[in-house]
Amino acid sequence: MSNLFPLRVRGAKTLRRGLSLVGPVDLDLDENSTCVVIGPNGSGKTSLLTLLHGTARLSSGSIDWACGTQEARHHQAFVFQQPVMLRRTVEDNIAYPLTLRGTPKAKARRQAGIWARRVGLDAMLSRQATVLSGGERQKLALARALIASPRLVFLDEPCASLDGRATREIEKILTDARAAGTQLILSTHDMGQARRLADQVVFLLNGKVHECSPAKSFFTAPATPEARAFLNGDIVE
Amino acid sequence: MMRVIATCFVLTIAGIANATEVMRMAVTTSFHNSGLAEVLLPEIKADLDLEVQLLVVGTGQALKLGRSGDVDAILVHSKAAEEAFVADGFGTHRREIMYNDFVLIGPSDDPAGVAKAASAAEALQKIATMQTLFVSRGDDSGTHKKELSLWASAGQEVDSFTGWYRAVGAGMGAALNTASAMNAYILSDRASWLNFGNKGDLALLFSGDAVLFNQYAYLPVNPARHPHAKQELAAQLEDWLTSDRAKGLINGYTVDENALFVFNAR
Amino acid sequence: MADLWAGLSQAFWLVLTFDAELMEISARSLQVTLGALIIACMIAMPLAALLAVRRFRLRRAVIAVLNALMGLPPVVVGLIVYVMLSRSGPFGVLGLLFTPTAMVIAQVIIIVPLIASIAHQSLRDLWQEYHDLLISMNVTQWQKMRTLLWDARRALLTAALAGFGRAIGEVGAIMIVGGNIDQATRVLTTAIALETGRGDFALALALGFVLIGLAVTVNLAMHWLSRTEREGRW
Repeated sequence: MSNLFPLRVRGAKTLRRGLSLVGPVDLDLDENSTCVVIGPNGSGKTSLLTLLHGTARLSSGSIDWACGTQEARHHQAFVFQQPVMLRRTVEDNIAYPLTLRGTPKAKARRQAGIWARRVGLDAMLSRQATVLSGGERQKLALARALIASPRLVFLDEPCASLDGRATREIEKILTDARAAGTQLILSTHDMGQARRLADQVVFLLNGKVHECSPAKSFFTAPATPEARAFLNGDIVE
Repeated sequence: MMRVIATCFVLTIAGIANATEVMRMAVTTSFHNSGLAEVLLPEIKADLDLEVQLLVVGTGQALKLGRSGDVDAILVHSKAAEEAFVADGFGTHRREIMYNDFVLIGPSDDPAGVAKAASAAEALQKIATMQTLFVSRGDDSGTHKKELSLWASAGQEVDSFTGWYRAVGAGMGAALNTASAMNAYILSDRASWLNFGNKGDLALLFSGDAVLFNQYAYLPVNPARHPHAKQELAAQLEDWLTSDRAKGLINGYTVDENALFVFNAR
Repeated sequence: MADLWAGLSQAFWLVLTFDAELMEISARSLQVTLGALIIACMIAMPLAALLAVRRFRLRRAVIAVLNALMGLPPVVVGLIVYVMLSRSGPFGVLGLLFTPTAMVIAQVIIIVPLIASIAHQSLRDLWQEYHDLLISMNVTQWQKMRTLLWDARRALLTAALAGFGRAIGEVGAIMIVGGNIDQATRVLTTAIALETGRGDFALALALGFVLIGLAVTVNLAMHWLSRTEREGRW
């Protein structure tokens, strides 16, 4: 089995209508680390995630996965800040990635049932996904992302607008997934969450990687004054 | 995708496939409206085991269908056009079968006084003089052509008519409906008039002039032009239509105790 | 008004006594229209899905043409199909003119743009909703189309029913290509035209009421079969 990591990003940049959304970015990420992307609103967190995932177009620079971009896409999943609910039942939503891969229906259903139990949606299997609450949607999106056993999952502010209890439940699912060998790259505004989950922190400012360091040193002794200010809750520009 | 569609077509065709011999004949609206077809067709089917599918259209379209080879025979009433049809080689020959007659219909109080006219030409002159509403088929059908020739023989110029002359561009039934709604004069074949169910205030005002006779003729489509035309079936039908059996049925057909057709095949 | 009442009561009796001729032309109306509907859906639905998910050069033009063709006069379609299928036309050898097949062809041409346009509207909206997820999942073009078509099935049913409505009530085209031949190509609408021409308004109206009843029945049946009314929420 070929490896995704190490990931080398050099001068990566994405443009929309001539404006730079993020970049140029230089970044090195290694295996077995949960990488948390933080930064003020508009600093390019979402754009960085989609750029790495490959759904935003790379305008210049390079993103090199150890196994190659094409192969890497197959081992990744993405959870959006506003998860997309397919107009199907919860069960069919969770099973969808397996359906795409041609998994037999009975097996896909069984797997969906297992994952629904893990994320606590087993009571709602036959409900329409579009009637779920925000927290339930996020859990469904997680189960849907994890069911095909990806090696890397991107999460864009997975707990934005969720209450403390739902946030903890989702963090539990994430730590379980990591324990099972799934790498995570997530963005968040919740510094508590960043501290709880991060092994590595990427601090974005104005579309550029301002600081990238191990979580321990970042949270105890940020290298730059901007990072220090951001952690203190001051306005950073 | 194309294969699926093709399969559906085949299924549809298979669904309508039929064991009895089938031929198609274009007839005029006026013939069909007479109701005679509903008497003749079952008899033809019983005698010849031949299903005649009728396409009920105006004379112009009937001739057009014959020219294109989309029917096997036509039964129409427009002598000049029929002779041209045969002369151009689209039909093998023209065989006269029977005739009925045209009648002048109008408001029952007869404001133009056509009921007292001595001839069809005089009746039309009265209408033109009074400028009472007149509905014309205006669809290039046999009846329309007849009407135009009658105006010409009455010394009238149709193109010069003003608002009282309404060319509706429709079949006999639709034109009668229009005339009934406007309480207007109209030229109709007797059969359509008798079978018409929406007479309103209209009444039959003038008939009987020899120029109003309406000769129906049968023309088989020429297989030299259209090899798929069912010549044998068309010949069988012609023999039947000119037989004594057809003569009895045609002469004996009545609507409200009025005989409509006179058999005159030779 | 008298005609209206006479028509209603006549319709009632025709249906109640299972009038053989009425049953025959009603069955033919359904056969032709449903046949045309199935074929049209098989063409229009994938086309609509393709237009929703795929960006190609003539896409806008195709959509504009489809929208314009929604208003295509049936008589013109009838004439074109007639000329094509006539013995002297390019497809004359098939001998399809004045058969139910010809009527199906004409109706397919009339309702494909309608179904495709309506279906495309709803598929486009759904695609906007699904776009990010499906792109992220790296699905093939074919899988995108299947997912959209399946998840939008309720809206597609509406599109199909619109097509059915237009086809079952259509008279201009099928009159020309079918010829309104008794026991071969006579359907409810052409029979109505015929009876109107004969001035028998009551019978024409009776047939009209039967036609309306048939259309309502089919609509209800299709809704019931798909059970969309019960699932409701989405």
